[in-house]
Amino acid sequence: MKKFKFPMRYVPISATILVFFIVYLIGIISFENFGSPKVFLDLFVDNAYLGIAAIGTALVILTGGIDLSVGSIIAFTSILIAKMIATGSNALVAIALALAIGIAFGMLQGWLIHCFSLPPFLVTLAGMFFIRGCGFIVSEESIGIKNDPVFNFIQNDLTIKLGKGMNLRFIVIVYIVVLIAAIFFSQRTRSGRSIYAIGDNELAATLMGIPVGRTKIMTYTIAGFCSALAGVVYAVYLKAGNPLNCVGLEMDAIAAVVIGGTLLTGGVGYVFGSLFGVLVLGLIQTLIVFDGRINSWWTRIIVGLLVLAFIFMQNLITKISKSKSKSQ
Amino acid sequence: MNKSSNKFRHLIWPLVSLALLLLFNAIFTDNFFKIEVKKQDSAQAVQAPSVPGNPSENNVSAVDPTEAAAKAAAEEVEAAKQTVQESAGQEAQAPKKDEKGVSIFGYYLYGTPIDILNQGSKVMVLAIGMTLVIATGGIDISVGAVMAIAGAIAALLISMLDAGNCVGAGMGPAWYWIIPVAAALVLSTLAGFWNGMLVAGFGIQPMVATLVLMVAGRGVAQLITDGQIITFDNPGLVFLCNGHALFLPFSVWIVVAMYVIAGLLTRKTAFGLFIESVGNNERASRYAGIEARRIKWLTYVICGFCAGVAGLLAASNIKCADSNNAGLYLELDAILATVIGGTSMAGGRFFLSGSLVGAILIQTLTTTMYMKNVSPAIVQVPKAMVVIIVCLLQSPVFRAKVLSIFASKAAKGGVQ
Repeated sequence: MKKFKFPMRYVPISATILVFFIVYLIGIISFENFGSPKVFLDLFVDNAYLGIAAIGTALVILTGGIDLSVGSIIAFTSILIAKMIATGSNALVAIALALAIGIAFGMLQGWLIHCFSLPPFLVTLAGMFFIRGCGFIVSEESIGIKNDPVFNFIQNDLTIKLGKGMNLRFIVIVYIVVLIAAIFFSQRTRSGRSIYAIGDNELAATLMGIPVGRTKIMTYTIAGFCSALAGVVYAVYLKAGNPLNCVGLEMDAIAAVVIGGTLLTGGVGYVFGSLFGVLVLGLIQTLIVFDGRINSWWTRIIVGLLVLAFIFMQNLITKISKSKSKSQ
Repeated sequence: MNKSSNKFRHLIWPLVSLALLLLFNAIFTDNFFKIEVKKQDSAQAVQAPSVPGNPSENNVSAVDPTEAAAKAAAEEVEAAKQTVQESAGQEAQAPKKDEKGVSIFGYYLYGTPIDILNQGSKVMVLAIGMTLVIATGGIDISVGAVMAIAGAIAALLISMLDAGNCVGAGMGPAWYWIIPVAAALVLSTLAGFWNGMLVAGFGIQPMVATLVLMVAGRGVAQLITDGQIITFDNPGLVFLCNGHALFLPFSVWIVVAMYVIAGLLTRKTAFGLFIESVGNNERASRYAGIEARRIKWLTYVICGFCAGVAGLLAASNIKCADSNNAGLYLELDAILATVIGGTSMAGGRFFLSGSLVGAILIQTLTTTMYMKNVSPAIVQVPKAMVVIIVCLLQSPVFRAKVLSIFASKAAKGGVQ
């Protein structure tokens, strides 16, 4: 039995990695400089915020829930930081406050979802409206971050120079650290395993004595933190804040998680997969930028088709494994 | 036994919220309930006689969205001013039928409540379809994208017809708007068919299946319009959301017609019962001989059709098809309206009337905010809070907890 089950679990994520390499190969064959390490590195720089947001989304989806407030929290934190710096606060205080708000907001959402058994979809939907509106209350217009010592320090001194004009920017390091921490958390800690158990069967998890409520609230709190951190990274990346940023980013994050091989019903998948989901999204965008002739709306169509393909594949896998467990 | 009280129980909270909101407006907003009777004149009936059939007025233009929106807004303001002036001057005149037969009776009502109904018509139409889908235990998050597709195809065809290079141009400008409308409805119904195929045919979770079209749909819409914003002023198409008939905006009559049809379909045939039974327990329904898959499939098709109608209304309202912003976030409004109306997200029971009340509640809230000079962007904050409060009030767990608090207080009081 183990012989069958073992590869099955890894099929979606292997498929994601395969898709990534195929798209990358297409790029290298079609365009001269696509294979340069700088392009590859830029993939991380341009998508670090999406990657961090996708980590939170992946964890929430693993519990069988959903978080739609991601894009709005990013917009809110970025504008909050920009506004606070513009009014003369210390950037570190602004960042700490933004992260605290993200954590508190995630916790509030988790509390509403668990304690009153409201649908996650609705609560985070309302959360999305709420926090984006709050962003507009902070400022209705884009605010730039100029000559801030902390931001300059992050930009100049925390960048690791790899030579040949390539720089490993700090936001990429942040992304990788958070990713590794999340992988460790989901695979090697008790709470992380509880997430899988709840996503697979909440009732069974409750009966087993797993602290369902605590774990769920914790997951939404982590998601809130990830979104806020993504907002900070976004502010560092753009050196500006705008309440209109990242409209619909939650859908990109969900698409990245699905392409990364996580089952939207919960319980199956890997946080690690979201990395490749994000990279595939980034690659498609880079390809279209390289080409220059294709309109950018093809991105959305291709992403939609990819999501569809992965959904079909996972459905097939679920059916096969079900029929196998029945035949035993 | 107390069936009559049960029948309207789901409407209590939304209606109470709506009543509170209206009460607030009655006290704090001047002239909120003032409804005037205005005379319909040719300027208001959006019959610009020189426009139709004139190829030079072919309106494919690549203006950026803000500019187009500003232009549309400016046009509307101008039209409104004109209306007010002209109607003030002609009020004494006898009603005369419009020469092109667009206005019926020649009079229409004018005021904030009417405006709420007109502006809320899109969400109301969407909510009718969404209610049926949610009743089967599903969800359709692609309606916003389908709206964009419907608006795009309608605008494209009407611009082709205006230019005269499309089949059906011979029908004349007064009638050929039927072709784009039909095309938009067919296309959106097909989109619904596609969603239904994924959900019912292949057994994919509804949220995931419709996510595909939600992500890809706007891309398709931009494929249709070639990434441009297509403006139009065909009188027939513009009439949908800007014209008046029988004292009310025409869009309100569309909502009424769709509500009546959906109501008859679900309450006078077994279809509604089938939907509820599928939403309650799909397997049991199948064992009982109900074609569960077909029922689910059909609800998605209906939802797609409703999204198409809403897309036409949205395009008609601003006289252009904007693939990026048409129906943006309206799927969320439609779902909120449905849930506020008492339909359970888990499926198994649905209330079309509740959904309409929910949609009106959302629109009233939005309009109230606008009248209080709140920026459109900030309107989302109170909207979100209302949604959470209504959801909490409907949550059995919340009710039980509140009740237990009261009960324990009462018990303590009793002991002391």
